[in-house]
Amino acid sequence: MMMIFGVPMAVLMGQLTLGLVNGAFYALLSLGLAVIFGLLKIVNFAHGAQYMLGAFAALLGFRYLGINYWLALILVPLVVGCFGMLMERFLLRRIAHLDHLYGLLLTFGLALIFEGTLVNIFGVSGARYSAPEALQGGMNLGFMFLPVYRGWVLVAALAMCFFTWFMIERTRLGAYLRAGTENSQLMQAFGVNVPLLITLTYGFGVGLAAFAGVLAAPLYPVSPTMGSSLLIVVFAVVVIGGMGSILGAIITGLSMGIIEGLTKVYYPEAANTVIFLVMILVLLLRPAGLFGKEA
Amino acid sequence: MTQSQHEAIAAPSMVVERQRRAKQRRTLFYLALIAVGLVAPFLAYPVFLMKILCFALFACAFNLLLGYAGLLSFGHAAFLASGGYVTGYLLASYPGLTPELGIIAGTLSATLLGVLFGVLSIRRQGIYFAMVTLALAQLMFFVYIQAPFTGGEDGLHGVPRGELLGFINLSNNMAMYYFVFAIFLFGFALIQRTVNSPFGQVLKAIRENEPRAVSLGYNVDAYKLLAFVLSAAIAGLAGSTKTVVFQLASLTDAHWHMSGEVILMTLLGGVGTLLGPVMGASLVVSLQHLLAQSPLGNWVSVILGIIFVVCVLSFRSGIVGELAKMYRKNFK
Repeated sequence: MMMIFGVPMAVLMGQLTLGLVNGAFYALLSLGLAVIFGLLKIVNFAHGAQYMLGAFAALLGFRYLGINYWLALILVPLVVGCFGMLMERFLLRRIAHLDHLYGLLLTFGLALIFEGTLVNIFGVSGARYSAPEALQGGMNLGFMFLPVYRGWVLVAALAMCFFTWFMIERTRLGAYLRAGTENSQLMQAFGVNVPLLITLTYGFGVGLAAFAGVLAAPLYPVSPTMGSSLLIVVFAVVVIGGMGSILGAIITGLSMGIIEGLTKVYYPEAANTVIFLVMILVLLLRPAGLFGKEA
Repeated sequence: MTQSQHEAIAAPSMVVERQRRAKQRRTLFYLALIAVGLVAPFLAYPVFLMKILCFALFACAFNLLLGYAGLLSFGHAAFLASGGYVTGYLLASYPGLTPELGIIAGTLSATLLGVLFGVLSIRRQGIYFAMVTLALAQLMFFVYIQAPFTGGEDGLHGVPRGELLGFINLSNNMAMYYFVFAIFLFGFALIQRTVNSPFGQVLKAIRENEPRAVSLGYNVDAYKLLAFVLSAAIAGLAGSTKTVVFQLASLTDAHWHMSGEVILMTLLGGVGTLLGPVMGASLVVSLQHLLAQSPLGNWVSVILGIIFVVCVLSFRSGIVGELAKMYRKNFK
């Protein structure tokens, strides 16, 4: 068997795929955060909870309504996204004129409510959600063994990222969104319904989180606390990459996943902390973030 | 605005007289509060009161940063925990060490951590500052899980309270209470003094308009860093004291929930008021205490979340802030 720096090739490649898959989640979540931040200027602390709600919606939909994985992948982001729009319309909008730190605090409170409620109903131990038949099993690629579902997550997440990029950079709605990010007051003066645009944007960001949640459901135990610890890592990823560009969020997310995977192989003790250490390094060397425009 | 204009027009002697009387009233008010603090352990369970005092000091430290420098730290749990762990480890491993030395060491360690965090986090502003502090605190959380001296998931138990200055036995709850009360008064007075000093005025100027403070020639980063370190030190003092009182240090103190709780305490009591955090901490700790015994015990975090949402939506000045508004409206 081939060894790379004293580690069997198969193990290394296995961890790299794991890292890439984690990175895909970082990318999806930080993308959603960036989209929301761009227009609303708030950091959505409920993002982790909404990701968790996505996983739970898939689980419960299957358990009680018999909704299969493929349907859930489409339905759940829509449902959770609509729920997010209600949150924006009835809660976030009330504080939109205030310091943006209040948005962070409000969404933090909401995250506590969602998480605490589900902990009381379902407990903290995770439930299992199995991947559809077609995505089970694995492929032998010659140099490594690739579980099909992980491969699928990578493809689906990247497709979603591309879809988001396309929506924002190549459609009329996306052009509004970009213009609104630059100057929403001017947009309103031009007759664009900015409040509606804000609601849709928040809903879209939340939908992205829920989509990531459905993708994650067969991979990780579905538990009420699955989102919060992940979100803090995503925050670090956002600090590293900056929230300025979509491509930046995707590249940073994936590469942080790879770095984490490599650390797991070569220095497992630091696997939990390596992304935070990278963040410290970036703060020291390039305070605005790798793709950030402003400090 | 009009108030100050009136004052400018009014005869100087009247202004001086009014200020003197206001100061007198304030002194009397604080003396009354101190008297309440001195009598309290005869009326309520001292350990419960000590818990309130520790969290009140923690919240005051946090408020120094948010309320007066306008910096929202989402990572203050790290300072509380590091103070607690260092004090706990030292007192448990060196039986000869007196508690006040342990607390000083814990506070120093939190101060040092504050310097490190401060240097890193003030490089970013606003929302990024909050995220950076949160991420740094999470880093410390993982460090505390793995470090050899923290007891990992179990934490440190059975930390001896020891004898204050070598001759006052702190296993007596009353003696412990008055020690904690003295520490609290020291911390509170330090914050009060800081806020009302020229340094505090510059902090407020930075909070209100940072570019203007820069253009006036202030080294904004140095002021922010000093405020951050001071806040971290007092938070560490609170954590160290808490460890001596409860004889344990655990991961609960390092968890991000704790960083959230201290924000809630400050917000509920009143951001940017001196007594608000004390009020907020008393309420939140009492609420947790009451809920823990009721059938709603498992719903604590949901209820805290609801209070959070209500505070942000319609109660942003907090209790003390609202009271002060009412007072100004009706009595001036």
